[in-house]
Amino acid sequence: MKTRGKILVVATLLLAVVVLAGSYLHSHPIAVLQPAGQVGTKERNLMIFTASISLIVVVPVFVMLGMFAWRYREGNPRGRYDPKFEGNGRLEAVWWAIPAIFITIIGVITWNSSYALDPFKPLQGNKPLHIQVVALDWKWLFIYPEQGVASVNEAAIPVGTPVDFEITSDTVMTSFWAPQLGGQMYAMPGMNTQENLMAAKTGDFRGVAANISGSGFAGMSFTVKSQSQSDFKAWVGAAQHSGSKLTDFTYMNLARPSSNNKAAYYAAVQPDLYDTIIMKYMMPTDGGDSVDAVGVSF
Amino acid sequence: MLLGHVAFALLGRLGWNQLPPNAIAYGGAAMVVGGLLAVAGLITYLHRWKWLWKEWLTTQDPKRIGVMYVIVALIMLLRGAADAFLMRAQQSVSVGSNQGFLDASHFQQIVSAHGTIMIFFVAMGLMFGLINLVLPLQLGARDVAFPFMNASSFWLFFAGMALVMASLVLGDFSAAGWLAYPPLSELKYSPTVGVDYWIWALQISGIGSLLSGINFMVTIIKMRAPGMSLMKMPMFAWSVMGSMALVAFAFPILTVTLTLLALDRTIGTHFFTAGGGGNAMMYVNLIWAWGHPEVYILVLPAFGIWSEVVATFSRKALFGYTSMVWAIWAIVILSYTVWLHHFFTMGAGADVNAFFGITTAVIAVPTGVKIFNWLFTMYRGRISFRSPMLWFMGFVVIFTIGGVAGVMMSVPAIDYQVHNSLFLIAHFHMMIIGGVVFAFFSGLSYWFPKIFGFRLHEGLGKVAFWFWSVGFIVAFTPLYVLGLMGATRRLDHYDASLGWQPLFIVAGIGAALIGFGVAAQVAQLVVSILLRDSNRDLTGDPWNGRTLEWSVPSPAPFYSFTKQPVVQVRDQFWADKQAKKSHKEYEDVLLPKNSGWSVAVGALAFTFAFCLVWHMYWVLPLAFVGVVVTLVVRSMNDEPEYVLTAREVEKLDQAQARKVKEYEAIQS
Amino acid sequence: MNQEVALELRREHEATEKTIFGFWLYLMTDCVLFASLFAVYTVLRHNTFGGPNGRELFSLPYVLVETFALLTSSFTCGLAMLAAQRKAKHEVLFWLGVTFLLGALFLGLELHEFSKMAAEGNSWRRSGFLSSYFTLVGTHGAHITIGLTWMAVMGLYVRSRGLTDSVRKRLILLSLFWHFLDVIWIFIFTIVYLYGSLNV
Repeated sequence: MKTRGKILVVATLLLAVVVLAGSYLHSHPIAVLQPAGQVGTKERNLMIFTASISLIVVVPVFVMLGMFAWRYREGNPRGRYDPKFEGNGRLEAVWWAIPAIFITIIGVITWNSSYALDPFKPLQGNKPLHIQVVALDWKWLFIYPEQGVASVNEAAIPVGTPVDFEITSDTVMTSFWAPQLGGQMYAMPGMNTQENLMAAKTGDFRGVAANISGSGFAGMSFTVKSQSQSDFKAWVGAAQHSGSKLTDFTYMNLARPSSNNKAAYYAAVQPDLYDTIIMKYMMPTDGGDSVDAVGVSF
Repeated sequence: MLLGHVAFALLGRLGWNQLPPNAIAYGGAAMVVGGLLAVAGLITYLHRWKWLWKEWLTTQDPKRIGVMYVIVALIMLLRGAADAFLMRAQQSVSVGSNQGFLDASHFQQIVSAHGTIMIFFVAMGLMFGLINLVLPLQLGARDVAFPFMNASSFWLFFAGMALVMASLVLGDFSAAGWLAYPPLSELKYSPTVGVDYWIWALQISGIGSLLSGINFMVTIIKMRAPGMSLMKMPMFAWSVMGSMALVAFAFPILTVTLTLLALDRTIGTHFFTAGGGGNAMMYVNLIWAWGHPEVYILVLPAFGIWSEVVATFSRKALFGYTSMVWAIWAIVILSYTVWLHHFFTMGAGADVNAFFGITTAVIAVPTGVKIFNWLFTMYRGRISFRSPMLWFMGFVVIFTIGGVAGVMMSVPAIDYQVHNSLFLIAHFHMMIIGGVVFAFFSGLSYWFPKIFGFRLHEGLGKVAFWFWSVGFIVAFTPLYVLGLMGATRRLDHYDASLGWQPLFIVAGIGAALIGFGVAAQVAQLVVSILLRDSNRDLTGDPWNGRTLEWSVPSPAPFYSFTKQPVVQVRDQFWADKQAKKSHKEYEDVLLPKNSGWSVAVGALAFTFAFCLVWHMYWVLPLAFVGVVVTLVVRSMNDEPEYVLTAREVEKLDQAQARKVKEYEAIQS
Repeated sequence: MNQEVALELRREHEATEKTIFGFWLYLMTDCVLFASLFAVYTVLRHNTFGGPNGRELFSLPYVLVETFALLTSSFTCGLAMLAAQRKAKHEVLFWLGVTFLLGALFLGLELHEFSKMAAEGNSWRRSGFLSSYFTLVGTHGAHITIGLTWMAVMGLYVRSRGLTDSVRKRLILLSLFWHFLDVIWIFIFTIVYLYGSLNV
């Protein structure tokens, strides 16, 4: 009776948890599991496949743990006690083999998917849109070199078109991540990394800075606006008419630390701004060496 | 003006403005200062300073050093847990227009301190504590190879801990995450003393760890009891050997990495700076070339503890001993080949990522083998579910689930989607708490009677276990979901529209449940001490143990063995019990003399580091000369040992036996 | 009484064995330390950030003199050890003295090179390459300094205590250390100076 009561309580609690969790998850999207682009979808499928085949190891472990604990508990007369049973070559070979097989499968998947989903690899499709991404303190700058516009914390892309993000940072290192589209890539000063993504649906998708980068880090998010071709053209047009231009001077102001920035747009961008940002970490700049002034305190 | 210059020359960056900036920070400082004063007051009141100095602080007895490690680690566990509660509390309320009660920088300091403390001063502390307590006894040795160095290692560990705690009172702590990636951790972006505290706390305790690594390696290789071939060693000793091999070859990398970062910050070099020819990616590679082996440094001794606990409480010899040894060394070798999996997202090519992904997954093989071997140790055993065994059951469940998440993340393409997210946080807490901390708790309750002569209260131990395990699942399951929802780690604030708050609150409740678990452990300790007369271990062998440490009376006497044991088989003590062999023989014993010099090493290291942090450069040469003088003076002392004659040993042994009789009378 | 002597002898023997093995392990960890620094140097050696490279900075003949001094000191250190085995106290002192002088000469030459570079504006602050150069070579120099200090202390020991077992044990450790630094220097000479001067 007492045990049954306990079981009842635990079962009720578990049921309540399941119901609550279910209703919560029903009303809240899980970005990584509900991707909106082909890269994200492939990554999700890979995730589910890997988790499933790991059951080869997990199920036997849990079953044996439960069974052995119950059967060989002290005081159970049905459990045979055999203290001499302390090794068995054949059995051990089996459990060197089970994880080895599992890992061989994982290894093949790893090898293939690392090439297939290499973020640097251009995606199949029409001519890609090229966007240059600069991480700043604490906002994201998106430069559209072909369209000649730029935006802050908002990146419009045409749906169904491959997008080639080139990524750098003009401050510390952080990480570029738009979970529903897939993938993540570090943004580092003096470095140029790449992330090729493509949206399959229209909509607004959240993107974040995934690596700690100072006090404004938590508010350093952006929106990827996946739009139809015509909406995208309209977005570019609106930016071109926004009036402000991204020159050396306005860029310098923009690069100053600020947090929780709203979206902003620039009608024109000084050519080669992106390359200049990278190069200044590679070679001393002409007027006054800002970098060398760092850390001289002796 | 002149006064200002003088103050700067003497005190460097230190000044009144370095006191805590707000009420919460003041609370932390008050806890540190108040705690110190309370302890000092209590010792003064009880007239125990001399006793403390002679019996404990200057001791060279590994068992006592082990106890000091454990005490420091448990205190730091409270600090680290408090940090965790603050983090979860902030994240439960800091949504939308509510900014919570911590500002971003303070929150990030707490995050960084939590990680640093839990790894370096809790996990490492408990690990070295348990090794000191158990390893020599298991090997049938009276001491470690270099007792003075061993004590010095502890005091370096202590000095590092003291630096972290000092940062609560003076200045601030690093806000750059527990591994302080540059350029964020460079002077330009982190101009305060925080990162310097972090560097020197790790540097000093790290050098202590390195020395310990050498020390225990030599102990295992050169000091085993006669007849104990390597393949007759207890599995815990094997696992320590693997772990210490990793320490010896991984910690120098940490030493170098921290030194280079410190040079960047103090003399303006360009190792990891953005620009100037620095390369921050190199830091990330270096820190993980140490950092990944570090994970196995912690987990191998934990595996060793499981091997002892499962065998003892199943009343069977460990299943598949040889496999277990191979598994350990496979892990040791592989752990050097996987560091890049911590940054698949840095943009290395597909070939590089694939290589490191596969090596990472391969580690699951020897780990899986170990789990199967433990399960088959239970098979056809007589399992007694005392609390050490309960921790093992919890470990298998949590570690397996966390392990699956780990295998998933070893696939680079999957890692791109969960890296830096709370999914990762959930994974590694499952590995480190489930795998490492549970093992150390298990080991502590297992070996506690050997050191103190009485058992820990079993009921409260079980309460602690259930709170920890349930709390753990409640605290970390939501993090898996949050991670998949796109929540990154170290967020001090998030938008209300994301709808994450309920999950953060659940995680907070889980943390509170773990808090109850910690409280139960504190209560367990207090109650066990109060009720020690009813919990006495009179036999020296409370769990029907198998290895040599259980062959000596409890508490283990400072000379450990009345006569050096001789070994013919694995689990020699078990074999002796089966054969009903018992004999008392006595021999002259050589023991190291106490030495205050190891305390001096720690004190000088602390002074040196503290003055470096604050740029009080004039002290540095003094501290440096102090170190040299200490070493020279110490090395001139040729006879740091004394002899305890066989007759004295016999007397002490019989006195202990009489005491046991008295307790027996009390109990019956 | 006899038993006590036997115990004492066994203890001495075991202690020596442990210490030498432990010291070997320490040298291995030091090897890892230098390996890390070499790796750092290799990564940064082309990051001159507009500053001079090795070819413009290094003078091979100068470094050859340094190398010669250090290698010879290793040889004389070996002679001191041979003398110690023969328990020839004065010879030990003489060869230790020569070793010390050669080591000090090496260190002096290195410091002179460093200060010359710094004075020309090419200090460790100039570039990633120079940071790694100064740190790698400087760490070796710091080890040499420790070695010299140790040698001085050992000289005093030999003078005051004679060549007892424990003094000889320490001499063995010192010579291991000194030879180890020699080996590291050969790597520095090749990787830093030779490759640097050839600009490969």
